[in-house]
Amino acid sequence: MNSKKEKASAYWKENIKYLTILLTIWFLVSFGAGILFREPLNEFRLGGFKLGFWFAQQGSIYVFVVLIFIYVKLMNKLDKKYGYDE
Amino acid sequence: MSVQVWTWILVGVTFSLYFGIAIWARAGSTKEFYVAGGGVSPLANGMATAADWMSAASFISMAGIISFAGYDGSVYLMGWTGGYVLLALLLAPYLRKFGKFTVPDFIGDRYYSNTARTVAIICALIVSFTYVAGQMRGVGIVFSQFLQVDITLGVVIGMTVVLVFAFLGGMKGITYTQVAQYCVLIFAFMVPAFFISMQMTGNPIPQFGMGGKVEGGTFLLDKLDTLHTQLGFNEYTSGTKSTWDVFAITLALMAGTAGLPHVIVRFFTVPKVKDARKSAGYALLLIAILYTTAPAIAVFSRTNLIETVSNKEYNTIPEWFKNWENTGLIAWSDKNKDGKIQYVAGSALSSKKPVFTKERGIHGERLISNANTTANELYVDRDIMVLANPEIANLPNWVIALVAAGGLAAALSTAAGLLLVISTSISHDLIKKQLKPNISEKGELLAARIAIVVAILIAGIFGIYPPGFVAAVVALAFGLAAASFFPAIVLGIFDKRMNKEGAIAGMVVGISLMLFYMIRYKTGLIGVMDPRPVSEWWFGTSPEGFGTFAMLVNVIVSIIVSRVTPAPPKKVQEIVENIRIPSGAGEAVSH
Repeated sequence: MNSKKEKASAYWKENIKYLTILLTIWFLVSFGAGILFREPLNEFRLGGFKLGFWFAQQGSIYVFVVLIFIYVKLMNKLDKKYGYDE
Repeated sequence: MSVQVWTWILVGVTFSLYFGIAIWARAGSTKEFYVAGGGVSPLANGMATAADWMSAASFISMAGIISFAGYDGSVYLMGWTGGYVLLALLLAPYLRKFGKFTVPDFIGDRYYSNTARTVAIICALIVSFTYVAGQMRGVGIVFSQFLQVDITLGVVIGMTVVLVFAFLGGMKGITYTQVAQYCVLIFAFMVPAFFISMQMTGNPIPQFGMGGKVEGGTFLLDKLDTLHTQLGFNEYTSGTKSTWDVFAITLALMAGTAGLPHVIVRFFTVPKVKDARKSAGYALLLIAILYTTAPAIAVFSRTNLIETVSNKEYNTIPEWFKNWENTGLIAWSDKNKDGKIQYVAGSALSSKKPVFTKERGIHGERLISNANTTANELYVDRDIMVLANPEIANLPNWVIALVAAGGLAAALSTAAGLLLVISTSISHDLIKKQLKPNISEKGELLAARIAIVVAILIAGIFGIYPPGFVAAVVALAFGLAAASFFPAIVLGIFDKRMNKEGAIAGMVVGISLMLFYMIRYKTGLIGVMDPRPVSEWWFGTSPEGFGTFAMLVNVIVSIIVSRVTPAPPKKVQEIVENIRIPSGAGEAVSH
């Protein structure tokens, strides 16, 4: 019973670690690059886009999609490691 | 063939398809009715979620709003997609593991209290009804526009169609119909975008075309910025809202998206926790296709519009301009009597919508009685951008008709999903869990179907006689969801110490604060008090962005109250430990 509990809490800790990293990226691309720092970023260009504007209307959305699929991959691996997969 | 004939053919074909599916996927049990039997594949569920999510507003209005708002429109793009990251990482897997039918189910069990459940039901009903009222109006407008009937008849047709789907199939029928509707709507959205992108920039992919070069070698966005500056508008890529307000609105829309009951309930329909995560990924991927195309359409149509009308003789203007003028969505008043259309910054009218007189002017234009004295002579309704785009770009008739079929798919799929949530709240959360616990499965199914009929009737009345506040309130449904559910659910999973006192206090304070701000600064108290002016906004926060503020207050209140009241019982703490582990999810059950 005790080892089962320890396993669960270790799993949860790793899960929280992943969440923190992924949500930091989530925040940086949207609220960071797309909103708070868009003025300085707009000095740079990506083809015809000003970079800050690109993050706000295109880039952040692409990153969001990638983030979820990375999360799916990480969690599937984590589930296997702890024997929670089915 | 004419546009009209094409419209009838395409709408007829797609509708037969939807009906066929609804009949094939009839629901026999409450489980099939509420969560489609819990056996939907992640990809199918992703498609259904995407169709459910993308309403007539996303399909028709969003690109138009962005095309007039420029950078400021980014709040919708980031807000309505970024919420899925929160949903996938913070909510979906755990709620699936929890394995009940509805959000109030979770709140009621996690907070071991019928009061909490009741508060959640009330919040769910407020959020869903504000949202669905706008949708039914949208259904009516789309039907009336495309089938050339008046709006009332449009709403009635829409109600009937939704009723048949929802009545027959419940969640199961709706889910599989939505899969078909997703395919129709995304195809309809993309085809004109490809054509126009190719025409303007030589690159058929709109996401690249937006950053591409136009004839003459300048970048499209630079050209648009120059046009805007010349006409006195703000630079397209800069916007006018304050950075804080953009931040607040985006966050409120994200948290609201993750907290909308009709979106969350989707993740109860897949077989395993693993599938819930993957399903959220598919949903966002499928949504992102439309959401990254919309800003490109916005740029194309904005540039096209300015180039086609600015300083052009009214007599030489293309046919589409006059067609939309006849529907009242475009108005022109030749203020300086030069026969040319001056389109510059500032409103052309002294009130919001043009008021047409019966007469025509010397150029054949419809005269309006409420033109003001600014230099701008043109009024353009934002909603026409997506609808008129294919006409402006001279695309073939079948493409124009396709947009009609797509708009209908978008409006219907969303309305059906929302109505199901409303009826579930009533039949399952209210009747089964509170009023009459020993009701038979058959009785519950009957109650669900009656609830759906009543909900559709109420929504239809809202659609036919829209109270003035509905349009203003739809966007605020997100603020309400962010201020009530989102914190209660997230804290319920991530904070084991959170108890019923904290959660109830947080939800009540959060939603009341949001309602108060909405009424005070956005809608007014109908007939008694007008909305207070912008200069009085708290910390310069718009009502749309206030959800962020109310959500923070909810979290703070919840945490403080929970720490000074007793910890939740052992059994509840075990529930929390259990939902944190993905294995053994089993099927969604009602007990």
